[in-house]
Amino acid sequence: MGGSLNANHLLFLGHGALWTIGLSLIAFAGGGIAAFIIALCRISPNRAVRIVTAGYVQLIQGTPLLVIMFLSYFGLSAIGFSISPLAAAGASLTVYVSAYLGEIWRGCIQAVPKPQWEAAEGLALTKAERMTKVILPQAIRIATPPTVGFMVQIIKNTSLASVVGFVELARAGQIINNSLFEPFLTYSVIAVIYFALCYPISRLSRRLERRSGLPRIKPVTA
Amino acid sequence: MDTNGAVVSARDVHKSFGPLKVLDGIDFEVQRGEVMVIIGRSGSGKSTALRCLDRFETIDEGEIIVCGHHVSDPNIDLRALRQDVGIVFQSYNLFPHLTVEENIILAPCSVKRASKTAAKEQAKRVLAQVGLEEKLHYYPEQLSGGQQQRAAIARSLAMQPKVMLFDEVTSALDPELTGEVLKVIEALAADGMTMVMVTHEMGFAKGIADQVLFMHRGKVHESGPATILTSPTTPELAQFVGKEL
Repeated sequence: MGGSLNANHLLFLGHGALWTIGLSLIAFAGGGIAAFIIALCRISPNRAVRIVTAGYVQLIQGTPLLVIMFLSYFGLSAIGFSISPLAAAGASLTVYVSAYLGEIWRGCIQAVPKPQWEAAEGLALTKAERMTKVILPQAIRIATPPTVGFMVQIIKNTSLASVVGFVELARAGQIINNSLFEPFLTYSVIAVIYFALCYPISRLSRRLERRSGLPRIKPVTA
Repeated sequence: MDTNGAVVSARDVHKSFGPLKVLDGIDFEVQRGEVMVIIGRSGSGKSTALRCLDRFETIDEGEIIVCGHHVSDPNIDLRALRQDVGIVFQSYNLFPHLTVEENIILAPCSVKRASKTAAKEQAKRVLAQVGLEEKLHYYPEQLSGGQQQRAAIARSLAMQPKVMLFDEVTSALDPELTGEVLKVIEALAADGMTMVMVTHEMGFAKGIADQVLFMHRGKVHESGPATILTSPTTPELAQFVGKEL
């Protein structure tokens, strides 16, 4: 017991940091796919589809990620579906990300001016062609800065996976602290690592926002 | 089918937005090669009438046939209709993420399955038609309003429409830029393109229209050859064109 922070500890933290990155990637990929579907459902011409997905978004946005984690790990195993901490954390983050990113992307799709749809329609493009060739390329430009910004939230929120026993960066820090009893030092190191992961992405987001170079159609002045 | 050779025909068209009656029994016909100009105050229903022809608005009653397509039929093949009808809007609506050339070849390549080479050749031709051949690789934001509108006209022409609809296409432009766009439209008319246009350019309407429709409160209040603009018979049109009866 005791001792001081040594190379082995740092190696262990590094390992945890890799899982933080891995879990972030899982959350971003899984959540991204789900979010795209959510965004499309939210602007569906079908009212029932819109209402159901709006309900889903409200439900998830109104539930703490911590509770979603508990539900998917302890809750599911209590009713007979035992899943690994990684699966539980990955699924929880996917659900969480889908609700937020889905709304961000819905807004970005709807931010493309409506006349763009009409112009595409007037050129006899099908609905799918209008979406993929005219609307989405413009929506993606609008969506890039907020999406990159949201990735920072995802990275930080993976720390909640520690509550289901998944050893990512925060949990690795807890474990080390349990043997070192140096909370200030240990958690400072953890904080620095999180910062090192997040800061470049925030910078990127801010840069993208500054030159959010969507060539806009000049507003009609008459 | 219409039998009298009309490219566009509207019969007893009614349309309401909620309690507001926008079109209250409209009739007109446009023959092949004819230019029909629709004029009227804001809110008289002229833009709605035009938009109904390309089914951007659906109508409540009546019948519209455009190039043999029954536009009022709920089962209409919209893709076929819109290949025959070109529409140009007040706000140009070029796709900002695409160059002028990409804007023009998008629909021919995806809708008509034209080869890229053929579509690019055609893009050059239609751009020459509107006097913009040197702007092929520009993005819309790099063009003036008048140039953007001419590029939008070229984009429509690339689909080789049988009829062109113009919805106040110069209303967002200053007089100088308006002139360059109107010149393009004049050239199209001289080439025999069938056109329906909503405009506030009375001088231009006088020169180009085979038929003028004056709309007032959702009805065709007065119609006839372009001479009705100089010698109107109803007080409303007289007031609109600023003439004493």
